[in-house]
Amino acid sequence: MIEVQNLTKDYGHIRAVDNISFDVKKGEILGFLGPNGAGKTTTMRIITCFMPPTSGTVKVAGFDVLDESMEVRRRIGYLPENPPLYPEMTVEGYLDFVARIKNVPSRQRRELVHRAMEMCRVEDHRHMLIRKLSRGYRQRVGLAQALVHNPEVIILDEPTVGLDPKQIIEVRRLIKSLAGEHTIILSTHILPEVSMTCDRVVIINEGRLVAEDTPENLTIQLKGGEMVHLEVKAEAEALRRILRDIDHIRHIEIKPLDSADRLAVTVESERGHDLRSLLAAKIVQNGYELYELRPVSLSLEDIFLKLTTEEETSPVASDQPQQEEARR
Amino acid sequence: MKNIWAVYRKELGLYFVSPIAYAVIGIFLILAGFFFSRILDFFVQQSFMLMMRASQFGMPPQEFDVPGQVMQSFFGVVSTMILFFIPMLTMGSYAEEKKRGTMELLMTSPLTDSQIVWGKFLATLTLFIVMLAPTLLYMVALYWYSDPRPPLAVAASGYVGILLLGATLIAVGHFISSLTESQVVAAFLTFGAFLILWVIDAGSRGSQVLEYLSILRQFENFPKGIIDTKSLVFYASFIVLGVFLTLRSVDSLRWRRA
Repeated sequence: MIEVQNLTKDYGHIRAVDNISFDVKKGEILGFLGPNGAGKTTTMRIITCFMPPTSGTVKVAGFDVLDESMEVRRRIGYLPENPPLYPEMTVEGYLDFVARIKNVPSRQRRELVHRAMEMCRVEDHRHMLIRKLSRGYRQRVGLAQALVHNPEVIILDEPTVGLDPKQIIEVRRLIKSLAGEHTIILSTHILPEVSMTCDRVVIINEGRLVAEDTPENLTIQLKGGEMVHLEVKAEAEALRRILRDIDHIRHIEIKPLDSADRLAVTVESERGHDLRSLLAAKIVQNGYELYELRPVSLSLEDIFLKLTTEEETSPVASDQPQQEEARR
Repeated sequence: MKNIWAVYRKELGLYFVSPIAYAVIGIFLILAGFFFSRILDFFVQQSFMLMMRASQFGMPPQEFDVPGQVMQSFFGVVSTMILFFIPMLTMGSYAEEKKRGTMELLMTSPLTDSQIVWGKFLATLTLFIVMLAPTLLYMVALYWYSDPRPPLAVAASGYVGILLLGATLIAVGHFISSLTESQVVAAFLTFGAFLILWVIDAGSRGSQVLEYLSILRQFENFPKGIIDTKSLVFYASFIVLGVFLTLRSVDSLRWRRA
């Protein structure tokens, strides 16, 4: 439904988006994950035809954003980071206006406006001025605005920012319910949001695509290795010597536990090597008591932190502070 | 066309839910009415004095065109007044949309940039016409109580001039509003630009180019009932230039980072 190929966007000398490619299939929810200033908003603005790409192509429903911009715009509903509202309008009046500029035929307009209000649950406030609505309601009106013309593609830039936890849950539920019929891209810098709502995740950082997969696979793929947590009754140095002989181990961490001279041991192995049985065998063979053995799965949040910190310590790090500055 | 209409409708609607339109129209009408009655008083007195002087010296009564003089002065005053009022109508047109982020909504909707720009231009022009419309009553009064009746074409020509001048100022005001996110800055710059365009012929020392550029100088012939092709071309090209620059400025938003 959405094809992004080798997309690059420069602002003057600053490269905001650097050679990104990804696809979104029909009916899918794609999570667009990255820290602030990673290029999420820029990418979304290119997909929504707000700005042209420097190079590369973006196609929505087979239409090119540059050459067939109007066709693309007709098929997209877009909620920017700050909902684009007119405070002096009523909720219904505003949605009617948006439906008009999205070329909704006049016969369907009433019905679609009502449908959008119902879906986003702003029906009760339809005659209220947007100025008088609370932050949460404004966000919902913003969402209704993105849905009002029943677009094939919905682009949401940080849709849950500034909402309270209850509202966040509601908005996420609404977004999930839209999948299937609509294709959705959702950007966020909040990790739980991605694992809760998205079918697939694209992680970008510093304008580059860092990873692309399902939230589950990403957890496995990006772990960098498998981690096993052990609780053993043993002498620390002796244990370390034994474990060091095992192949495919990347890192061993041993900490004493408070009770009964037991040790908490964390072993990180290379990807694709499950060492659990081998570890258990070795420990028992050497006459130590094994009390606990469990695999540790990293949460996406850890991975994400890891990803961004890894980027910062990479060789290009030297010119990054200026880039950050300029990006603001 | 439908798209221009959608933008136009929304713009006009927003004008009439905000207090600024009412304030501007109200104050304009109070001042216009005040000036009209003073101008009328003045010329009626003048004509009496001339008549009395003529009869004192036993001369034949002199011709004095009261309605013509009133119209000329009145349109002159209105043309100056709108230099102060139009910045208030144009200041928010783009600045406010940019500040609120609604420009992004318009620019990602299936509207061309020129549909947005013309829709807005026509909306402000309509509001300007609404502001001007009640002054037609003054003209009706003037026509009704004059003997012989003044030619209607002169009043019509005056209104044509005012509309052209107003449209020109609106085009310039919209362009300036599209350059900034602050209404106050837009209003101030627009007002400044109008003043410059007004007094540009003052220091001309006979330079014809500068005299030609003065937006009020071009207006002077209209209330006399003269529609000069030169002035028509002047205003028309000014409007087109203003709209064109606004279009370029809106387009440039797509190339900038916000």
